[in-house]
Amino acid sequence: MENEFLKSRFDITRRHFLGKMSLGLGSVALGSLLMPDLFKSGDEGVPQISGLPHFAPKAKRIIYLFQNGAPSQLESFDYKPLLNKMAGENLPESIRQGQRLTGMTSGQSSFPLIGSHFSFKQYGQSGAWVSELFPHMSKIVDEVCFIKTMHTEAINHDPALTFMQSGAQQGNRPSMGAWLSYGLGSENKNLPAYCVLLSRGRGNGQGVYSKLWSNGFLDSVHQGVQFSSSEERVLYLKDPDGRDRAATRNMLDKLSALNSLNYNQFGDPEIQTRIQQYEMAYRMQTAVPELSDLAAEPDHIIKMYGADCLVPGTYASNCLLARKLSESGVRFVQLYHQGWDQHGNLVGEMPLQAEDVDRSTTALIMDLKQRGLLDETLVIWGGEFGRTNYCQGKLSKENYGRDHHPRAYTIWMAGGGVKPGLVYGETDEFGYNIVRDPVHVNDFHATVLHLMGLDHEKLTYKHLGRRYRLTDVAGKVVSGILA
Amino acid sequence: MLTRIQRFGGLLIIILTLLAVSCQQRGELAGGGGDSIDYNLHIRPILSDRCFKCHGPDANQRKANLRLDTREGAYAALKDNPGAHVIVPGNSESSEVFIRIATADTAMIMPPVKSNLKLDENEIGLIRKWIDQGAVYKKHWAFIPPKKLNPPAVDDKEWSTNEIDQFVLSRIERAGLKPNEPADKERILKRVSFDITGLPPSVKMQERFLKDISDNAYEKIVDELLNQKAYGEKMATYWMDVARYADSHGYQDDGLRTMWPWRDWVIHAFNENYSYDKFITWQLAGDLLPDPTKEQILATGFNRNHKITQEGGVIDEEYRVEYVTDRTNTFGKAFLALTFECAKCHDHKYDPILQKDYYSAFAFFNQVPEKGLVGDITLASLADPPNMKISSEDVEKVLTFINKKDTATVPVMVMKDMPLKRETHVLKRGVYDAPGDRVEPGLPSSIMPFDSVEYGGNRLGLAKWLVDKKNPLTSRVFVNRMWQEFFGRGLVKTSGDFGMQGEMPSHPELLDWLAIDFMDHGWDIKRLLKSFVMSSTYRQSSVIKEDKRAIDPDNILLARGPRVRMSAETIRDMVLSSSGLLVGEIGGPSVKPYQPKGIWESSTSGRGVLARYVQDHGDKLYRRGIYSFIKRTVPPPGMLVFDGSNRDQCEVNRGRTNTPLQALVIMNEPVILESARVFAERLIENNPNAVENITSAFQAILCRKPNEKEAKILMDYYQDELKTFQQSPETAGKLIHIGEYPITTKDAVVTAALMQVIHTIYNMEESITKS
Repeated sequence: MENEFLKSRFDITRRHFLGKMSLGLGSVALGSLLMPDLFKSGDEGVPQISGLPHFAPKAKRIIYLFQNGAPSQLESFDYKPLLNKMAGENLPESIRQGQRLTGMTSGQSSFPLIGSHFSFKQYGQSGAWVSELFPHMSKIVDEVCFIKTMHTEAINHDPALTFMQSGAQQGNRPSMGAWLSYGLGSENKNLPAYCVLLSRGRGNGQGVYSKLWSNGFLDSVHQGVQFSSSEERVLYLKDPDGRDRAATRNMLDKLSALNSLNYNQFGDPEIQTRIQQYEMAYRMQTAVPELSDLAAEPDHIIKMYGADCLVPGTYASNCLLARKLSESGVRFVQLYHQGWDQHGNLVGEMPLQAEDVDRSTTALIMDLKQRGLLDETLVIWGGEFGRTNYCQGKLSKENYGRDHHPRAYTIWMAGGGVKPGLVYGETDEFGYNIVRDPVHVNDFHATVLHLMGLDHEKLTYKHLGRRYRLTDVAGKVVSGILA
Repeated sequence: MLTRIQRFGGLLIIILTLLAVSCQQRGELAGGGGDSIDYNLHIRPILSDRCFKCHGPDANQRKANLRLDTREGAYAALKDNPGAHVIVPGNSESSEVFIRIATADTAMIMPPVKSNLKLDENEIGLIRKWIDQGAVYKKHWAFIPPKKLNPPAVDDKEWSTNEIDQFVLSRIERAGLKPNEPADKERILKRVSFDITGLPPSVKMQERFLKDISDNAYEKIVDELLNQKAYGEKMATYWMDVARYADSHGYQDDGLRTMWPWRDWVIHAFNENYSYDKFITWQLAGDLLPDPTKEQILATGFNRNHKITQEGGVIDEEYRVEYVTDRTNTFGKAFLALTFECAKCHDHKYDPILQKDYYSAFAFFNQVPEKGLVGDITLASLADPPNMKISSEDVEKVLTFINKKDTATVPVMVMKDMPLKRETHVLKRGVYDAPGDRVEPGLPSSIMPFDSVEYGGNRLGLAKWLVDKKNPLTSRVFVNRMWQEFFGRGLVKTSGDFGMQGEMPSHPELLDWLAIDFMDHGWDIKRLLKSFVMSSTYRQSSVIKEDKRAIDPDNILLARGPRVRMSAETIRDMVLSSSGLLVGEIGGPSVKPYQPKGIWESSTSGRGVLARYVQDHGDKLYRRGIYSFIKRTVPPPGMLVFDGSNRDQCEVNRGRTNTPLQALVIMNEPVILESARVFAERLIENNPNAVENITSAFQAILCRKPNEKEAKILMDYYQDELKTFQQSPETAGKLIHIGEYPITTKDAVVTAALMQVIHTIYNMEESITKS
């Protein structure tokens, strides 16, 4: 609807448009931003590799809503009434089966089981269980595919988070977004292919690290670009006080003339690239602020996401911004919401965390759907591991905590080629072990790449003698969740 | 006007020339006629890349019990068909390997379809020819000790300055090219000054050099630059990446550490021109030398620069093993340019390094009395044991190069061995709690046998093995890295991988000659670098002519001078130095210059003193890039944009990308704007003449005078800006209010106009390029 309007407003041919660009008429940047197709493929910016995607993609873009710190599956989507019945009893060794524990609970003399403090109900056609902490999400279960059987190898945040994002617990590997930027490039040459948004909840937090959106050994052009909550969304984007757009334009014209003289003398193609990169930077300076102007969204959209979405740096605001970035062709939008590490006071903290994300996550799905974008956008929600079915620390009637649990946790996906209304996999009655359809982190990565039209065994990069993959040496596409 | 046919003809000639040259190059490198196929040059790269994964050194992964990486394996009869042989020397048609790579049958073809690997026709042809010529295997070039050959004869007897040039020129001549003319004096001075000191030559030095018409004018400048203290800083900047130096521990809470006295030592060591063998011996085993000095112990901080976790709840042994792993991998990459880490979980797939070899090397670094987790961030350990505490007395008496600011002692992590040896086992699948066979300290005999009686079975023995002149790698690897830093590309392009999967040297004889010459002259680093910059090769102009761009776009033949973008640190230093803002103080605790707000705060766990970025003020804002504080989980963002290392692990070759975010940094970074402003103020204070001021600024930044066209563009721009600001003086006022350096000017309008011009000069491609 909106796009149609814009097309008529900028009814110019691509060639004509690019012709203007090369004259340095940056004022038309608006058009390029809103009609990202104009800059698709090859002219400049992020290079694309020939022969990719490997096959027709189901999803064109990803929004990954990372729940940093690891939300408990037992208080959200994996309903285990047995734990309520057996509350206080010790975790049977037949269930634990030698699972290694973190230093936070390995010294505990007992491992008292504890069920969810929050009630569960079934929703939708799929009959998925959702706890009372997520009243909004419960309404969209038929859009969502729950994977209850994610499992990982790491038991601490740093390695687990690094594993989820880069396919390796240690080492400076490219993150998922960097791989996608490398493999598929950017749909919109005025914006980075890979954007990162951070927010912080009210629960116990564990921090994030820029290596999580690192390009690793890939070119730094594939680095995730952090969008901050400050007025200057992208680092160094703003013209300094006292230099307006026209002055910057004038400066760039002079600069371009100087650089061209140097090119004539030295003939280094890098000089021409540099000139082009300045032009793109100039266009970004217009494109990004326009895009991040959330207040310009209509009221009904603001209502959907909640009033918080106008407060920069909140999760709600990041969800709305994620939609706008994604809609404009950003290949991979990565959110991190911190505060999900409930070792203690789970009963106090988890409702706050859930409240932060419930409405706006749901709004994002509905918003994408109403725009006809959900089909081509893969949305992922989840953390780096699960939480133990036993209590960490003192178990009381009112409160408890849960330690890290690598063997089974729940994440969900929606849109972009994933079967909607599906609950995939099953854990045992204790919510501790997987009884059916396990999904390893490598499998998760293989599946995500598959949805984007990439064969995880073929998307490789040779670095120091070895062909690296996001999935390292393992990974199977989880065909059971494909639409 | 050219007719179409003429134009086509021109193109054809270019294509033919290209083909001729590439064929010639291959032939030359093989050391024989164009038709002779060389295992190391032509065949091993193909076999290694496409076959060794399943038919190589890793016995556990080996398919069909067949290996192609050794002569014995390849000549053997097939296990399930003793009548057939993998390779029958001289007879490709009877060689199973050729039959299988040449077949059209997808069920039979090698590599198998599902491996996603393929051989192209040219490669199949090479293998056929090689087998027909007798399938001669050779040891991997990098494991054969270097031989010092006499420099080859060349046609042009005038061009060469030293031996380097003869090797280089001989290749250029064989390719039918000629070297570029020498760079002009201004440009060569800029190049050599940035390469040696990381700073632009001062305007005084520029003028002195231009006036000096003596024969050895250039050499005098080179000597002068090598003796500047800035040389040590420049060299140390590179070493910080190798040593994965940082000011925080890494991992999630990422607390503060104080390893900077070790960094001060590195600067000192380069400035004192410690020989390379001493430099690395001290870092690897200074503590094990007889009666080690405090300085020697401090040097071992190298092996404690790895990340250390402060995440409560980790399993102690898992992380202790991780640290030893990091040291082992760093050792392999930093000094040997080998990917040791590939043998951590299984035998190496390409190189002759067994998993057992990996853990034998691991054993040297496994003797430290250390813990995986000393305490979480609440303990706020700046230096986990073992450590040394550096007192003011130490600094006064022995460690005089440490720039300690106050009377407090500074703890620095160092190496130490436990009195009782810790047993080392192979770790199955590389997992910390799955010990296998016990191993003794040792190093891969494929490189050079390690005799524990001769060397001693500890880190000092390891260092002795490393700097043994018979070691085929140590000298080559370092010489190549320095070549990379000066010429923009290593003689071996993969400067971190001299193994089977690495690239062949472009000038193998030159590499060997340099490696031996370096050792023969006492591993003298300054001497090595001087030989680089004195060469005619180095002093060529970097103009890229059409023919050379077509034939040799990557300048492999070295028929022109280097032209490369400066590193993140150098760009900062260039700006500060040319504007006069640079504070030349050497060493000391790392500093926190301007940084966009909220970067640390938005990602922190909230724990520890580094949860918030507390920016420094005054002089600390204007220090060289090497002193910028590196918090591992959130390194300075502008540096990452310019391909700086995040210091997560050892790095030996930074990328050199060209991106729009880089343009944004130079356009809007406060310190660059501030430098332009302060520079403008200083110029105006001494001279009201705008033309002269623009020329002066240009000369300080680009190290040459502007030509007529450039001067006109800049002067026109100045007039534009002056007019704009005269109409809107408050805009000028806003613009010059950038940065914390006190404003002295009373004329904001003139200052702002000149500031804009200078800032534009900083943004020129040439300003951030060594050319």
